[in-house]
Order: sequence, then C-alpha cells, then structure tokens
Amino acid sequence: MVNTAVNLNGLKLKNPVMTASGTFGYGPEFQDFIDIERLGAYIVKGTTLHPRQGNPYPRMAETPSGMLNAVGLQNVGVDKFIADIYPNIKDFNSHAIVNVSGSQVEDYVETARKINELENIPAIELNISCPNVKEGGMAFGTSCPAAAEVIKAVRKVYSKHLMVKLSPNVTSVVDIAEVAEQEGADSVSLINTLLGIAIDAKTRKPILSTITGGLSGPAVKPVALRMVWQVAQAVNIPVVGLGGIMTAEDAIEFLLAGASAVQIGTANFIDPAITMKIVDGIESYMLEHGFEDVNELIGGMITE
Amino acid sequence: MKKHIQDLKVIENQAINSQYYLLKLRASGTLPEILPGQFAEVKVDKAPNTFLRRPISVHDVVYDKNELHLLIEKKGEGTITMADLQEGESLNLVYPLGNTWSIPAKTESVLLVGGGCGVAPLLFTARKLAENGIKVTTLIGGRGTANLLRIDAYKPFGEVFTSTEDSSHGETGFVTQHSVMQNLQAFDAVLTCGPEAMMKALGKMAQEQKVHCEVSLENTMACGIGACLVCVQDTKEGHKCVCTDGPVFNVNDLKW
Repeated sequence: MVNTAVNLNGLKLKNPVMTASGTFGYGPEFQDFIDIERLGAYIVKGTTLHPRQGNPYPRMAETPSGMLNAVGLQNVGVDKFIADIYPNIKDFNSHAIVNVSGSQVEDYVETARKINELENIPAIELNISCPNVKEGGMAFGTSCPAAAEVIKAVRKVYSKHLMVKLSPNVTSVVDIAEVAEQEGADSVSLINTLLGIAIDAKTRKPILSTITGGLSGPAVKPVALRMVWQVAQAVNIPVVGLGGIMTAEDAIEFLLAGASAVQIGTANFIDPAITMKIVDGIESYMLEHGFEDVNELIGGMITE
Repeated sequence: MKKHIQDLKVIENQAINSQYYLLKLRASGTLPEILPGQFAEVKVDKAPNTFLRRPISVHDVVYDKNELHLLIEKKGEGTITMADLQEGESLNLVYPLGNTWSIPAKTESVLLVGGGCGVAPLLFTARKLAENGIKVTTLIGGRGTANLLRIDAYKPFGEVFTSTEDSSHGETGFVTQHSVMQNLQAFDAVLTCGPEAMMKALGKMAQEQKVHCEVSLENTMACGIGACLVCVQDTKEGHKCVCTDGPVFNVNDLKW
C-alpha cells in the first residue's frame, strides 16, 4: 500500500487529483464514466452572484494541442447553485470546491459569504483569473493591489479553505502569489488559461465571438510547469498545479515541480474517464519507482 | 440514459464518393439503447492537428448485429483521417449523446428533409418512425447528384423525393422549393438536418403553416456531455447546450 493522501494546509485529500473548474460541470455530468468519490476533490463550474449567460457563440476554437475558450462564466448563479445543485452533490464522499468569480469585489464577497454557509463545501477557489469576462475576472489577478483588495475582502467573510486561482497573463506570477499568501489565502492554484486568438485565414475573421479567449490543453503545459515551479519556491502555502495535464506522468511532473495537488481540466473533454486513469497511474508510478508516500514527490525535481 | 466510452471495431469503411463515406462499426458487446437523433463523440487517432473528439450523428443502428453506422463528410483533418480507417481497426466513441426528436402524440405522417450530409441522423429516425407505424416521406437535397446521399437506404421506409441546385437529379432548386413543400400541412411534423440556411428557411415555412418542425444542429463542440458549455445555441430560454439540450430543437424555441 502506498500513501496517496495529501494535506493542503488543513484540507485533506485522499489523493492529489482534482478536476479543474469549467471542465467538469457540477460533477454528475461525469458519473457514467467515473466514480467521483475516487477524486481528491472536484471543483465545480465558476459561480457568480447573479446568473450569467456567458459570451455569444462561437466560443471555442480548436488549436494545435489545445483549445481556446471564451465561455465567459456561464452559470446559474450562487442562489440556484445552493438551491438546485448543492443538494445533489453534497453527499459525495469527496470534496466539492466551488470556484467563485465576479465582476466587482462586493460580488465575490457576497458569493463567498453564501458558500461559507454550506456545510459540505470545505473550500472555495477564488477565480481572479478568468480572461473571458469584460469586467473583473482577470483584472483582479493581474495587478497586485487589485488582487490584494479582493482576497482581503473575501478572507474576512470566508472562514474555510481559501484557494486563489492565478492568471498566467502577468509579468510576474510570483508577485501575485505572494500577495495571495500575505492576504490570507490557504493555497494557490495555477495556471488559468493563457490569453490567445484564433483567426480563420479563409474568412479573415476571428473564430471566437469575443476575438480573444483562454488557451488550455497540453500546449500550455511547459508554461504552467514553469510557473508552478517558480511559485512553489516563493510561497509557503500549498500550490495546486494545472495546465495541460493529460496523463498520470504529466501530473507527476507537476508534483515534482512543487505542486501539492493537481487539477485535470481540458483532458476531461477528450476522455471523460481520464481522472480515474490519472489516480491509478500515480499509484502505479509510485509502486514502480519505489515511493511509499506521494508527498515525497512534491518538489522532488532533481536539479543536480 | 447511460453514456458509454467504448472501442468499436471498423467492419467496413465504404467511400460513397470523393467527399463522403459510410463507416460501419461493431461493438464487442451488446449496443446500448440509442435514440434516433443522437450522436457520438469520436476520437480521431493519427491526426496530429486534431485535439478534440469529433461529434458525429448516429446514421443507423443494427441491433441484431451490434452495428453502428456513421455517415461522414470529409470536412477537416479529423474527418479526412477517419476516411482512411481500415476494417479491423478500432475507434473510440463516447455515446450515445444528446436528445431525440419529440414529435407530437398521434403523429401519423412525418416529412424528413436532409440537405447534403444532413441526411445522416435521419435514417435511424426513418427506421424508428416506420417501426412505429408512422408514414415516412423523405426529401433529400444537395447542390448536385454527388451531394444526394443514401437515397436507396431511405426507400424501404417510404417515398423519397430529391432536389438538386444544378438540375442533375429530381426537381431543380433548394429543398424548400420542392413541390412536396407546397403541401406541408399534409404532414404532422417536419424533421430536418442540413445547412443552417436550409433549416432556417424550412423552419420559417413550417412556422408559417403551423406545422411542427424540429431541426438538428451541429454547433462546434468540445466535451459532448454538457461540461464545457462551448456549443451553446441562443434560444428563447437563453443559451442551451447543443450536446445535452440538443442536438434536436423545436424551431419555435430558437431565436431564428
């Protein structure tokens, strides 16, 4: 038996595998394919104070080894989440974490306050990095003072585990991570999508209705690994790594770079059972390479 | 309905002409229940620039042989690559996905209208309608004869009409100009799939004549199971996922 459990600053996970917000619906969408209770945690769709229709279609472009999306936080809003969705997911024996987004500080605060009341939601992931909304979103995650303001305000009303999701669209992700730590975040997750554009040369038009969108998939993995590695060295709170993880080996690489857990995102679209393969694959890797505890892998990249 | 992720074996890959092919697959076990109008998300191997699965309509189902047939147009790298699949190779599918047609109770006569590869979801539909004792009439249209697909396959289920824009087969013009459309009220429902402009024009005619009309959409998709929210269609009730709320929509619910 190997130990796959990790402890994210008090948030105990049976294994380091989570799903990334916006790629896993609310969870039940995947029940035909996986046992949700075998996930360390799963992060549900970005939730805002008010319902959002998101951006107009088309809002996805397939790109080499990845995709651009411009969904724009389409979601039912926090009240409907609490009334209609929470009852269906609260009894899973895994951690449901709500990704909280907003266009102004007060929205984040009010949403976090409401989620704080839900007994079986042990954490929120504060999304200060969505590139697809006109107001708020990434604007909070690309400036240190703006990040500080929203994290501080949410920290005051949210008493459980506060994970802050960071944007890669910055000059120094370490600076934002340090702000998150100073303002009381319990962990940081990175990376959100990289801002990009897809153009159809035949029509000379952008493919996305919003022109720009967020790039995800294996195309971003090296960038994500680099940022996870930099941030893990700079902060003392746990780092959750994501960006293009398609296999157990990819997940191991994030652990080696310093992530204490990982999120599986875009891969869910191609193989809805991928998370189980990654959970199993991490165990196989440990057995094969003689590790008894997954924690030995965290930050275990050999540089000499 | 339970969705599955399975490898199916290619038992035949038949080129219809340079643009279209009929891919026959067999499941290793019993096929799950599949409803007409549903689709599969197909994983394309050996196509280095495709990343996502390809959503492909269920063309036909042969339960006693556990066969699933797909009618595919070569559109991009994914569908061009799949055209070279050989007998014995396997293909990974997530299926069955999406909703089905919802024709009114007491429907006696249905008109199916397919434009080009839009006939794909209509064959299994015709089979099921005929099994239920509903009279099926099929109208198949295209630019030319090469775009009129599977005419003979539809014949066992009822009368088949054709139209081409270049006058090479059947009546001349768009399907909406075909004489069968002159008396749309002879049908209890019109079910259609094809180019959006065709479905819009047909939907408008059906609305004007107050005939029940459903359309099958093919918005760009990623997951196919309602998680990514990229395939949304703007409806009178807001954005709906074509993969889970569709692909079939009543034309009255769309903002067309």
